[in-house]
Amino acid sequence: MQLRLSLHRRLLRAPALLCFCAALIVIAGHGEPAFGNPGGITNIFRPLSQPAQEIKETSLLVLGICAVIFVIVGGLLTYTLVRFRHRAGDEASEPPQIYGSNQIELAWTVLPILIVFVLILVTSRTIADIQNRKAAPGAVHATVVGHQWWWEIRYPELGIVTANELHVPASGGGIRRPAFLKLQSADVAHSFWVPQLAGKTDLIPNRVNLMWFAPTEPGTYLGNCAEYCGTQHARMLIRVVVQPPEEFERWVAEQQRAAAEEPGAQAGRRVFFANSCVNCHTIRGTSAQGVFGPDLTHLMSRLTLAAGAAPNTPDSLRAWVRDPQGLKVGCLMPNMQMTDGEVDQIVSYLQTLK
Amino acid sequence: MTNEAALPRAAEATEWKRPSRRKVAVVCLILTETGLFSIFVAAYLFYLGKSLTGPAPRDVLELPVLSTACLLSSSVTIMLAERAFNRDRVGLFKLWWFLTIALAAFFLGATALEWRTLIYQKGLTVGTNLFGTTFYSLVGLHASHVVVGLCLLLLVFVFSLRGYVTRMHRERIEMISWYWHFVDAVWVVVFMVVYVVGR
Amino acid sequence: MASREIAITVERQPGLSFVERLHGLVVTVDHKKLGLMYVGTALCFLGVAGLMAVAIRLQLAVPNNTLLEPDVFNRFFTMHGTSMVFLVGMALVSGFGNYLVPLMTGARDMAFPRLNAFGYWMYLFGGLLLYFSYLGAPGLAGHGSAPDVGWFAYAPLTGRAFSRGHSTDYWILSLLLTSVGSTVSAINVLATAFALRCKGMTLMRMPLMVWLMVVTNFMILLALPALSAAQIMLLIDRYLGGHFFDTQAGGSAVIWQHFFWIFGHPEVYILIIPAFACVSEIVPVFSRKPIFGYPVMVGATAMIGLISVSVWAHHMFSVGMTSVGNTFFAISTFMVAVPTGIKIFNWLGTMYGGRIRFDLPMLFCIAFLFQFLIAGLTGMMLGVVPFNWQLTDSYFVVAHFHYTLVGGFLFGMFAGFYYWYPKAVGRLLDRRLGLWHFWLFTFGFHLTFDTMHFPGLLGMPRRVFTYDAGRGWDTLNLITTLGALCQAAAVLLFAINIVRSARKGKPAGNDPWDAWTLEWATTSPPPEYNFEAEPVVRSRRPLWDLKHPEDPDWKYE
Repeated sequence: MQLRLSLHRRLLRAPALLCFCAALIVIAGHGEPAFGNPGGITNIFRPLSQPAQEIKETSLLVLGICAVIFVIVGGLLTYTLVRFRHRAGDEASEPPQIYGSNQIELAWTVLPILIVFVLILVTSRTIADIQNRKAAPGAVHATVVGHQWWWEIRYPELGIVTANELHVPASGGGIRRPAFLKLQSADVAHSFWVPQLAGKTDLIPNRVNLMWFAPTEPGTYLGNCAEYCGTQHARMLIRVVVQPPEEFERWVAEQQRAAAEEPGAQAGRRVFFANSCVNCHTIRGTSAQGVFGPDLTHLMSRLTLAAGAAPNTPDSLRAWVRDPQGLKVGCLMPNMQMTDGEVDQIVSYLQTLK
Repeated sequence: MTNEAALPRAAEATEWKRPSRRKVAVVCLILTETGLFSIFVAAYLFYLGKSLTGPAPRDVLELPVLSTACLLSSSVTIMLAERAFNRDRVGLFKLWWFLTIALAAFFLGATALEWRTLIYQKGLTVGTNLFGTTFYSLVGLHASHVVVGLCLLLLVFVFSLRGYVTRMHRERIEMISWYWHFVDAVWVVVFMVVYVVGR
Repeated sequence: MASREIAITVERQPGLSFVERLHGLVVTVDHKKLGLMYVGTALCFLGVAGLMAVAIRLQLAVPNNTLLEPDVFNRFFTMHGTSMVFLVGMALVSGFGNYLVPLMTGARDMAFPRLNAFGYWMYLFGGLLLYFSYLGAPGLAGHGSAPDVGWFAYAPLTGRAFSRGHSTDYWILSLLLTSVGSTVSAINVLATAFALRCKGMTLMRMPLMVWLMVVTNFMILLALPALSAAQIMLLIDRYLGGHFFDTQAGGSAVIWQHFFWIFGHPEVYILIIPAFACVSEIVPVFSRKPIFGYPVMVGATAMIGLISVSVWAHHMFSVGMTSVGNTFFAISTFMVAVPTGIKIFNWLGTMYGGRIRFDLPMLFCIAFLFQFLIAGLTGMMLGVVPFNWQLTDSYFVVAHFHYTLVGGFLFGMFAGFYYWYPKAVGRLLDRRLGLWHFWLFTFGFHLTFDTMHFPGLLGMPRRVFTYDAGRGWDTLNLITTLGALCQAAAVLLFAINIVRSARKGKPAGNDPWDAWTLEWATTSPPPEYNFEAEPVVRSRRPLWDLKHPEDPDWKYE
């Protein structure tokens, strides 16, 4: 019975752990070099930017070291369990009672210390490399302010304020245009995590944190808030849109314009300004200068609503304006109890904010 | 028959030294309280100079020389009380013990007066600014420990008045005095941090 | 073998009614009864918090699920974490410590029996208070219910402005109470270990369980005040208008994190070291050899305790510390891995050259060894700061700490359960049920927590009540949930085993495992006074000396 048990032990252990390693390898080598992240896969081992690339290289080295340690120690454990299992006929005697061995203790103390030393060197070098980077002249500077549960994004030098989507130019072809971000928070702690671009950095009230990244491939990069910040922490998504330089300049120019006065949406405009929407929202070029909620000046240029809670389609927009709590329960935009007609008018106005 | 019957008995008269359980317990208590105070001291030091508004330490704090002298003297008097107790001088013990209580009560009274001045005349409360918060928390935490010590001292005093405290309570008296010395040592630290370094 | 010659006795209290037995528990100061009460209450909380985990996993099994509302989910993961760490983990540590330390040191009871009882009731009251929050916490406009701020309750989410109602207050108050219980228990264990050892038991002859309980309880004394201090500060903020963590007034949110993790990191070692202790007692007995390198094991544990108070900010690598700060904490984190690794090697050295019996306590220990090895390695990965910047606050770290806490702590406790249940109850746990429990739980554990690493690597943050499809997380989460269901079934089998074997289990006798420490020298269950007369010992394994008078340990130590 005991013999069979030990064999079962081997039988279960080895495949389970082999699967673990195999999956790890699959993940590490997952997919083709992505155009952005196809279908939203944000594999930290498919970085498309510094410093995520450098992080990946360090990580693979560490994974390798840990894998070797696991194989050796796990192998020794397995060997010991098989070789020294109790066999029938062992009843009468006890094995030699060994109390210890100073030489062996020394050996298996020194070896881990050496491994630790290597890890310290690798780690400190990568930390310094990433954290001590200074902004290059061509860098794009943006300030990201975390709110419950959306991202305020400002480009102080360019005079742009937007929300939930960070646009940056792609580096590459000899041109370096890294994005340097200042991270702040208006309420509680959040964390900015776009895995394929960089590691995470927290947004903490009364504190300014800095991070940078330099993506080389244009595309839309998904990220999440990674510090629990309350009810809708799960629906506080980030999109980093990396654009070729000309496209980025075009985007900047569009965002810098104030809201256009469209003749067709006068009714909606009136309803918008009559309600307390203006208390929370800014529309540049109008008297709406509220700062509690996202800037709506170029709402239609964004891919999603409510920090990724819904796609930016007319139906979603209508549902959102009618009852934000339905799309994102607990969010801080109240249900304004408007009639269907009012909702339609507001939506048609909002759709002019391109 | 159990194995236990075969275990050798405690027959030998060789020395078997172990610390007293009360001493271990009080040392542990002191260790854990030190940890507690350390965090409040750390918060105080961290927030020095970081208040956005309101009075700064040097604006409102005066060195509490008299009350400090009283509290530190109470360590001396409790030591004298202990010594008297160990020499079976019960009357003297009661006297020194009472003096310890009186000095502690004076310290608490002086602290209360200081706080009254700070709150009503100088406008410093817990909510005024970071200094107010950390000051009242740290000094208040210490004062609460003085109150607990005072209760212990009073209890012993009342018992001693009724003649219940005998030689077999020697170690308990000693443990209470250890706690009291700890409270005084903490005051030395708080005094240095708040009234000397912080100003 | 000596065990065959031991008379089998099963002590039973003659005909006490249920009310009399209940009364006996309420007024008891006997360390054995209190130890069992700690353990029994902990198992109840394990069940409740485990059900919450199952609910969490069911909600996360598929994307955009609507099984649980966001607020309900957030309360569940907060209550799950808080309960598991404080009401299950700390209670099991107290329970095992209270039960075993006097028996293993040849003492009659703990140093302060009434204090012991006080500690237990504080713990129970604190635990009940935490759950009472579901009823008692609603404040203004119905806000508030059970705490929903996460088990580490970061500021300023816990401030008055963001945490309305009384949920956070219940979190604070219940933990202040349980901390009193833990502190008092720690003082008691230390006083017992230092002051009540039987004759001849020098410090270096104490069983490793006792030594490791000493280190654990020292750490409790030093770490718990940090949490209590921070919680008192939070109360001052919430009720007296203080500004400790009020960022509007210049306060720092980060300092809460520092204070919390100054407690939080030693806390996880406080949990795991008793599991180490169980393993250190069981592996030698079932390998039929003494522990390899006893002094080194003591030293390594002391080193772990010492270094563990300097690693706390490795939970804060993404907070924006300087590169110097980050490097310092990376170094200290790697350093703590060295004595931990040494312990694994010493267990290996104990088994090597032995005659390993695969009884249930040993099976759990073997699983523990593999699992803790993996957990330690993922911990090392997390210590590599840049790697941490991707892994922290993701499901990778959730997988890591569950690997240590379930795969390490819980497996170690299960091993201890199977080992000492016969001593405490007088009957062996059923072997077949036990094997089912072991294999089903191990299978479910690996299915869940091996898989769980991968959503983390694919960018899934933690503490999310749902996620979108198309992130590559769907199947992985489903598999994780299936494993959770297996674990729940296994724990149910375990609970059945405990209850059934108390009546119907095979009588154990004094020493069913042919072990060597003092608790096996008295009856199962022990009489209230533990030993008829104070034992005298001459080595680390007094019963080995008795059973092998021709080759006693004291000739070689």
